[in-house]
Amino acid sequence: MSALPSAIDTPPASGGAAAAFWKRLRAGDEIAIAVTFLSALTVILVTAVLVFELYRKSAISRHAFGWSFLISTTWDPVSGTFGALPFIYGTLVTTALAMIIGIPLGVGAAIFLAELAPPLLSSSLSFLIELLAAVPSVIIGLLGIFVMIPILQQIVPPVQDKLSWIPIFSGPFYGVSLFTAGVVLAIMILPFIISISREVILSVPNDQREGALALGATRWETTWKVVVPYARKGIAGSIFLALARAMGETMAVTMVVGNDPKIAHSLMAPGYSIAAVIANEFAEATGDLYQGALIELGLVLFGVTILVNGAARLLVMSTEKKGTS
Amino acid sequence: MQVSPKIDPKSGDPMSTLPNIGVPSSSESHTAGAAPSKLSAHSLDFYYGSFKALHAISMEVFEKRVTAFIGPSGCGKSTFLRTLNRMNETVRHSRVQGEIRLDGENIFRLDVNDVRRRVGMVFQKSNPFPKSIFDNVAYGLRINSSLRRAQLREAVEHSLRRAALWDEVKDKLHQSAYGLSGGQQQRLCIARALAVNPEVLLLDEPCSALDPIATAKIEDLIFQLKDSCTIVIVTHNMQQAARVADYTGFFLLGRLIEFDTTPVIFKTPAKKETEDYITGRFG
Repeated sequence: MSALPSAIDTPPASGGAAAAFWKRLRAGDEIAIAVTFLSALTVILVTAVLVFELYRKSAISRHAFGWSFLISTTWDPVSGTFGALPFIYGTLVTTALAMIIGIPLGVGAAIFLAELAPPLLSSSLSFLIELLAAVPSVIIGLLGIFVMIPILQQIVPPVQDKLSWIPIFSGPFYGVSLFTAGVVLAIMILPFIISISREVILSVPNDQREGALALGATRWETTWKVVVPYARKGIAGSIFLALARAMGETMAVTMVVGNDPKIAHSLMAPGYSIAAVIANEFAEATGDLYQGALIELGLVLFGVTILVNGAARLLVMSTEKKGTS
Repeated sequence: MQVSPKIDPKSGDPMSTLPNIGVPSSSESHTAGAAPSKLSAHSLDFYYGSFKALHAISMEVFEKRVTAFIGPSGCGKSTFLRTLNRMNETVRHSRVQGEIRLDGENIFRLDVNDVRRRVGMVFQKSNPFPKSIFDNVAYGLRINSSLRRAQLREAVEHSLRRAALWDEVKDKLHQSAYGLSGGQQQRLCIARALAVNPEVLLLDEPCSALDPIATAKIEDLIFQLKDSCTIVIVTHNMQQAARVADYTGFFLLGRLIEFDTTPVIFKTPAKKETEDYITGRFG
């Protein structure tokens, strides 16, 4: 042992334990642990303070309505009756629509960009897609009002004529609707799904592809049955991020959703979402109860987001067990 | 260029006029005896972009024999091996000239997936899929055929037995392949390749990441497999080539310097470069 001079094993002969400690400290391990721990702690503290403040400031509303706040459908600032269900419904429906449209499109585009497109096309297209992520949501909302709603007004009524017997397609279509908000949200989450999924697919080791090709698999069999399953966890991660983004999105949704606190069974009817109502009404909320109810809505959004995210994770974990065992 | 589907290498082969380093001079004297040619290269050139990695390789791989390629790193032996099942085509900007014939047919005119099914490959680093042991072996069967469940189980067991892995994994077929040791993973990859019944099995330095015991198991396996399969192995380990191979080819700087029966290469090589490499004077 002593024959091998080593920076780790030989403390300076002079100075004793304290000097050795300071030398180790300067070497960085303890400092690194302390700094990174503080960073992690800060994030958690901010979240905890946020939830606590939402909880504290919504006390008046919580006392007034109790649990019935979650299932009441009345939102009447004039008479001071507040219920969250229409907003929860709107948030869940628009998010679900966004995911149904966004996941296949996003994962499909990511597969094309990572596996099939020539590298030059792939990197230039990816750059454009990441630019889309940088477009402010108010601009996307304008796009929704001035471009998408006119297009949907051309497309939707003829389709409705044939499908109006299905409840979710029934009723008049005014342009602003839960459906429109879902489509706008899908556009907003696409860049997240595409750019993260593309990176994950690109990082699948090449020996996996070669292993499948060497068995006589076609390029598509290799991609779909080996590469995508290998990248499954990362793709799921991109979807979770998109999910959280869709549930919390405010500006673009409020511009196209119609802002009507009703639970409509038709997707073509206007609705409202939690984030949208807080943004629209908080500035003019008069009275403590009104403000408290809006703050409690924030708390509800937090809870709904956690629940949906947790459920999505459980879903992914259950399919993973099927895949690997 | 007109190519008749069956070319008898002994007569009428346009390539026979070339310097014929690819045909062993003394194959009759070896215990292996004369075997029919299974796979043959004819003035094969290979380029990565503008870099010429292989220069006019001509040689024959004989049926149900083990052929080894030796040579220093970067000499082109792996590149040549990966050309034999057209795996190099996945490399961008690569280009190949010349012919490789599998049972007399030019593989560059056959369906690429078919070629790769008939000429299986095992890689340097074991690359099991993140699936169960069973699903790894069944992967190739599932994409190439539509076996029923019982037949599939039987085929998987048969392949694992051929790869001398069955006894070690029969109780944990549905556990992840990643739980196996490095040597077991490599034998699993061999089982996966064997499952689709390849006529030729290419092994690209299959033991370079394994300990001596796992290496010995793979070498035993190669001995057993050559009764049913033609084997081509690339190795850094000259003793390994001497132990397992009937024929050995020595590569240097993208050229096949010498190709002959293994005893000739190791005892009485004709070329000075071969002798220098074998005796450890470089490389």
